Amino acid sequence: MNLTLKIWRQKDSNTKGQMVDYKVTDISEHMSFLEMMDVLNEQLVNSGEEPVAFDHDCREGICGMCSMYINGEAHGPDRGVTTCQLHMRMFNDGDTITIEPFRAAAFPVIKDLVVDRMSFERIQQAGGYISVNTSGNTQDANSIPISKHAADEAMDAATCIGCGACVASCKNSSAMLFVGAKVSQYALLPQGQVEAAERVQNMVAQMDLEGFGNCTNTGACEVECPKGISLENIARMNREYLSANLKG
Amino acid sequence: MALDSKVPKGPIKDKWTDYKNKINLVNPANKRHIDVIVVGTGLAGGSAAATLAELGYNVKAFAYQDSPRRAHSIAAQGGINAAKNYQGDGDSTYRLFYDTVKGGDYRSREANVYRLAEVSANIIDQCVAQGVPFARDYGGLLDNRSFGGVLVSRTFYAKGQTGQQLLLGAYSAMNRQIARGKIEMFNRHEMLDVVIVDGKARGIIARNLITGEIERHSAHAVVVGSGGYGNVYFLSTNAMGSNATAAWKIHKKGAYFANPCYTQIHPTCIPRSGDYQSKLTLMSESLRNDGRIWVPKHMEDVMAIREGRKKPTDLSEDERDYYLERRYPAFGNLVPRDVASRAAKERCDAGYGVNQTGEAVYLDFASAFERYGKEQAKIQNIQNPTPAKIKELGQAIVEAKYGNLFQMYEKIIDQNPYETPMMIYPAVHYTMGGVWVDYNLMTTIPGCYCIGEANFSDHGANRLGASALMQGLADGYFVLPYTIGDYLADDIRTGKIPTDTKEFDDAEKEVTERINFFVNNKGTKSVDYFHKKLGKVMWDKAGMSRNAQGLKEAMAEIKAIREEFWKDVSVPGGANEMNPELEKAGRVADFLELGELFAKDALVREESCGGHFREESAELDGPQKGEAKRNDEEFAFVSAWEYKGEPSEAILHKEQLEFKDIELKQRSYK
Repeated sequence: MNLTLKIWRQKDSNTKGQMVDYKVTDISEHMSFLEMMDVLNEQLVNSGEEPVAFDHDCREGICGMCSMYINGEAHGPDRGVTTCQLHMRMFNDGDTITIEPFRAAAFPVIKDLVVDRMSFERIQQAGGYISVNTSGNTQDANSIPISKHAADEAMDAATCIGCGACVASCKNSSAMLFVGAKVSQYALLPQGQVEAAERVQNMVAQMDLEGFGNCTNTGACEVECPKGISLENIARMNREYLSANLKG
Repeated sequence: MALDSKVPKGPIKDKWTDYKNKINLVNPANKRHIDVIVVGTGLAGGSAAATLAELGYNVKAFAYQDSPRRAHSIAAQGGINAAKNYQGDGDSTYRLFYDTVKGGDYRSREANVYRLAEVSANIIDQCVAQGVPFARDYGGLLDNRSFGGVLVSRTFYAKGQTGQQLLLGAYSAMNRQIARGKIEMFNRHEMLDVVIVDGKARGIIARNLITGEIERHSAHAVVVGSGGYGNVYFLSTNAMGSNATAAWKIHKKGAYFANPCYTQIHPTCIPRSGDYQSKLTLMSESLRNDGRIWVPKHMEDVMAIREGRKKPTDLSEDERDYYLERRYPAFGNLVPRDVASRAAKERCDAGYGVNQTGEAVYLDFASAFERYGKEQAKIQNIQNPTPAKIKELGQAIVEAKYGNLFQMYEKIIDQNPYETPMMIYPAVHYTMGGVWVDYNLMTTIPGCYCIGEANFSDHGANRLGASALMQGLADGYFVLPYTIGDYLADDIRTGKIPTDTKEFDDAEKEVTERINFFVNNKGTKSVDYFHKKLGKVMWDKAGMSRNAQGLKEAMAEIKAIREEFWKDVSVPGGANEMNPELEKAGRVADFLELGELFAKDALVREESCGGHFREESAELDGPQKGEAKRNDEEFAFVSAWEYKGEPSEAILHKEQLEFKDIELKQRSYK
């Protein structure tokens, strides 16, 4: 198929960016979206132009590196996939596809489609862990049984890949799904209980400091999340936060 | 220089404990005066960085991604082995040790493997304490599954995302130390050289991938945990950015490179579809617990399927060739990866491949649906269930176990694997070879360590499933943090290593010159052009089976590609900005050297062992006809290559392998 691409080009974080049109031809429907971008970049390199910078790495939907906003949706039109898993069979011959970086005040653009997600790192550093040193002398892994239900729910929350699609999809640029997922994983497990109150308070405080917006329950994040992280995690975080503050 | 593996004396089961009791320690108050650089933040690098920081060292960690959480360990699916014997099926430290040495086709170092098996149980305890949500059974205890090449169930897992969960565990431990200031994290940085001062590794030169700035970083020791070199094949299951640059740079500065030809070609990957393909996707080996592998028995059916006249589900049991079950009745579909891959290649080479390219076999879950469905019908007390009901119940169980893998398959291939068998074909997945290290995980450069997939030590010539995660975390959490203390104990009074010295000047100059060459070369061909060309030579001549003539050709062809690359590569953009093409150029330049050494190593090893299959060395008759033939008399050694300029001039050093606790046998899975 032949396509017109409208792509956000921006030299660096200090330069103003703009949309630029490109044409690609003979795109196979079996290609992944990023392979289509490879074709474009090969074309640009061969004509001596600078290729489009975009983040990507594992190309199997798990590293969370890829981050495009395609035709107005984070990771494009398919559901439950990252951009690297999006296939060209979702598009038609002759389509015009608009490709932008994830946009949020807390995700400044570094170059073209690459954004800076260090705000997510700092939120994790504020409390996204259980304070246990590596010793080899922790208790036996089976000494605390954990109900299958709780373990499965914790796992569902823990599958977040930290890509930022939730933030990019939210009209408020809220990071509550991302933070809620981490808070939930530990809140559901006995190991996480000891530090539960400080954890949620510190992570929420950092989230606010980074300039992420609040949640107004539109649910766009859940729809666009490539890993299907549920809104319940936001509710659980709110409960955890409330009870942490009530306990003082 | 003679190779000294520094394996401690004494009975194998006491070596590690006795050794730990005797090596030097660094007093907690002195650790804060010592800096350690860790390159790579996957399971090995991440766990090492966190643990070293917990101990009190000042750690500087480097990752080329924008977060440590994105290292390619994240993509490991199936699980992690540990000799816990929770299933009571007779597992033990010895059995895990034995399976790993045998699985590696007797080409690994016994003492290292025993230590790995010994600390495996600690890893599970540690990860559970960190909040890693492993799968559990209804009693709330940890669940296990089985992997290829073993007869027990010792693999712990978190759905099909075990690597992700373990890496996020190590990442959380890192975050705690980053918050305390004990780890200084350098995201989007790439190590481009190691700096040697007075014969010791004392720092690195790194490039800031956002600004292009070249930076000097000093430390008392340098730890490289930068993963494997599977991308030398261009197409592999590695991440796009996975590279050998850090490992290759230390090799060029004095670290020997061991067994480069030992590569794992994983049997269950999604087949390739076209020339535009950028990478291959693995389907976890855990699928072989429940999936049965087959091709049609008759050529007419193969043709009918390729032409779309028949569907695989149209074929009766009699018309199918479950070739692994046929050839290896004892292990069946759970033979080790190298054996399963070669068997698939054998069938496809004979013309039985089931897709257009002729390079695919079926992985079929129909019997699993039926087996689980009947079991569920009993549990749920459903009388006389219909076949459709049984299938539905069975599919729900399979979905719970492998749902994400089935979904991934469907997204890529656009076929529903619940309704039609999956198609799979082998792909490059893991490299057992790597930087040579001694028992302390130190390379032949004093103060330079190498851990995880980047080193060569534990898997011999073939790695068993669910052992990579085990080795990465064992090295990072439980081995390196002890052994590095023995070395650093001499550095408590050294003080900070200055970076304004000649050694740093020289290393930085070399790095800058190379970068300037690339951006000024203005050639006519892209980096990918050369990478694909290299990959094709590697796959055709140093892939699943190799012979002397092909390997000689490969060496010459790679050299020619390398020469063309340095003449004609085109790298648009500048040096002082984010420039992904420039990053790729540096990595491919290193692969173009590594590839040639790889072929040379494969040429010298005139035997078949594990993932290295030499056509000249196969069993000619008897019950093992066609199977790989090892030659223990002449080749029971580790090949450690010393850099001497051109890869073809590398000098071979041999570390003889001694097997005192395991009898050398032909590896039979029949």
